[in-house]
Amino acid sequence: MNRFRRSHGPGVGAFDPLKYWLILPAWLVIGFFLLAPVCLMFVFSFLTKEFRGGVIWEFSLAAYDQFLFDRGLFGDEPPRIQWTYITVFVRSITQAAMATLLCLLIGFPTAFYIATRPPQLRAAWLFLVTVPYWVNLLIRTVSMKFLLRDTGPLNEFLLAFGVIGEPLSIINTSLAVQLGLFYSYLPFMVLPIYATVERYDFTLSEAATDLYADKWTVLRRIMLPVVGPGIVAGSILVFVPSLGAFLAPNLLGGAKNFMIGSLIDEQFNGNAGNWPFGSATSMILLSLVLMALFVYARQVARQERN
Amino acid sequence: MKKILCTLAVATFATASFAQEKLSIYHWFEYIPQELLDKFSEETGIEVTMDTYDSNETLLSTLKGGKLGSYDVAVPGDYMVEILIHEGMLDEIMPGELANKANIQPEWADVSFDPGRKYSIPYQWGTTNFMVNRDVYDRDINTTAMIFDPPEEVRGKINVLDSRGELLGLASIHLGIPQCSSDREQLRALDDLVQGAKPHWASFNSAGAKEVLVSGEAVVGMIWNGFGAKARQEGANVEYAYPREGMIVWMDNVVLLKEAPNRESALKFMDFLLEPENIAAVSSYAWYSGGVIGHEDLVNPEVLAAPEAFPPDDAPAGSFVEVCDEETDRIYDQIWTRLKQ
Repeated sequence: MNRFRRSHGPGVGAFDPLKYWLILPAWLVIGFFLLAPVCLMFVFSFLTKEFRGGVIWEFSLAAYDQFLFDRGLFGDEPPRIQWTYITVFVRSITQAAMATLLCLLIGFPTAFYIATRPPQLRAAWLFLVTVPYWVNLLIRTVSMKFLLRDTGPLNEFLLAFGVIGEPLSIINTSLAVQLGLFYSYLPFMVLPIYATVERYDFTLSEAATDLYADKWTVLRRIMLPVVGPGIVAGSILVFVPSLGAFLAPNLLGGAKNFMIGSLIDEQFNGNAGNWPFGSATSMILLSLVLMALFVYARQVARQERN
Repeated sequence: MKKILCTLAVATFATASFAQEKLSIYHWFEYIPQELLDKFSEETGIEVTMDTYDSNETLLSTLKGGKLGSYDVAVPGDYMVEILIHEGMLDEIMPGELANKANIQPEWADVSFDPGRKYSIPYQWGTTNFMVNRDVYDRDINTTAMIFDPPEEVRGKINVLDSRGELLGLASIHLGIPQCSSDREQLRALDDLVQGAKPHWASFNSAGAKEVLVSGEAVVGMIWNGFGAKARQEGANVEYAYPREGMIVWMDNVVLLKEAPNRESALKFMDFLLEPENIAAVSSYAWYSGGVIGHEDLVNPEVLAAPEAFPPDDAPAGSFVEVCDEETDRIYDQIWTRLKQ
């Protein structure tokens, strides 16, 4: 229904030069601030590393080789599969997935609740959802650290009420990182889901119930197909930035284990000074994300065709 | 309205012509009191702007990333001075260009990282050791084993600095091996040592090194001496250790950058920091020691009396973080990456 209406919207069909002018600034911004840096990164990943940062303009596959093969501490053993960076990637993906799941568990009911309020109340609730965003992410992450640490309010509260006998050691664990990411990106989950639930026609649920569908079936067969795109959009908006995050892992996870973001940061701002490797790691991350989105987009296209 | 605009225009023009002389500083965070910069501007009429960084490596990567030519002076640590000299990023200070060069204390007038002090002048120096919470642990703390082979009570409550040079440097001191070893047995031992100790460490945190001690999150925490003095001042019952195996010393230095847009201002600023009372103001602010003759008498006495300020007489000599050649450095980098994997 929606698709049908959109393809017959105003301005489509007839050539409309205004349309191109309207999109031009966006294209310029994307071209200059996104495509150009990505191209630069792509080129750098195939250059030779200069000692202590910088690149030598000679073609080299060393960065990708370093990512894939382990030649031992001294670099002279026969190459084996490099698990170091795979571990870092798997860890980051797990953390990001956990954060996304947490966001979904809290975000979906929240969005559902807001969308079912009277219109004037909805605005107030949405406003409240965005309030934490008035504060810088760094400040919010540091505050999270204060809340979670052994002597922080959370532990003191639980201790005072005798819920626990020993402080929970949350700080400097992966749980702390997941909580940090979850809290950082929660509104990214709530808002897209809200947008779809708001459009959902609740008389459809009533109709389904009249036809003897139980609550679970209504949710799964009637509602999910409609709000599904919102859930997917929210998940992407939470998952992708979580994957490259380095504030939460560094501040809440104790920087003990590299996440992809901190691994890349180390190549530019750390001791390593290995720009080609940092670029190659970024390219690999980017390719993985793009591939995942591509596969998803094809799946959606196929479903729509059916 | 027109009048106001005119006044504004005149004022802008006046400041513009007056403040022709400028100085652009690239400095560590929270390391110079604003009053001192104001004083410099007042005395010389030079307009000062400052950007900050939080590690020697960030300084290097910023300069490499195309910022050389935007700053006049920077404040690299000892080993970074050596690296910046190798990289050709520093401008030589010609004899006679600094009127106050003779004010440098004799022990800092000729240093390993800048023989003959051709490129740098002393800013502040100190030591990098660790502090221990005395409420939790009351036995002997003057050993690097507190970090690398920690006693039961402190395990899992240790914070180390997120700095390869200082952490692997202290680990090398613990093992009694050189900092830039190419001996495979020694390097393997170093790798094993840090890998074995890591499960006992709670976090790698440099900027929060003081905060984790004050909050009690860490019972043992690697820290720079002045930062540690502040932790104690803020009420933590912590004591700064002077390990008998040895310790890391460091010195931050003011350098003149290549392609400095305001070379003259930079030299004036360096002369300004070689005045005892000015560098004393930095020491009173940062709780580290200066390297200028006669500055001690002008430093806040509380800073000088702090147990963190100077190593006791029976403490072993400290070592600077060493700069390894490319091949050796690659192996240390491997050890560091494996440690943080």
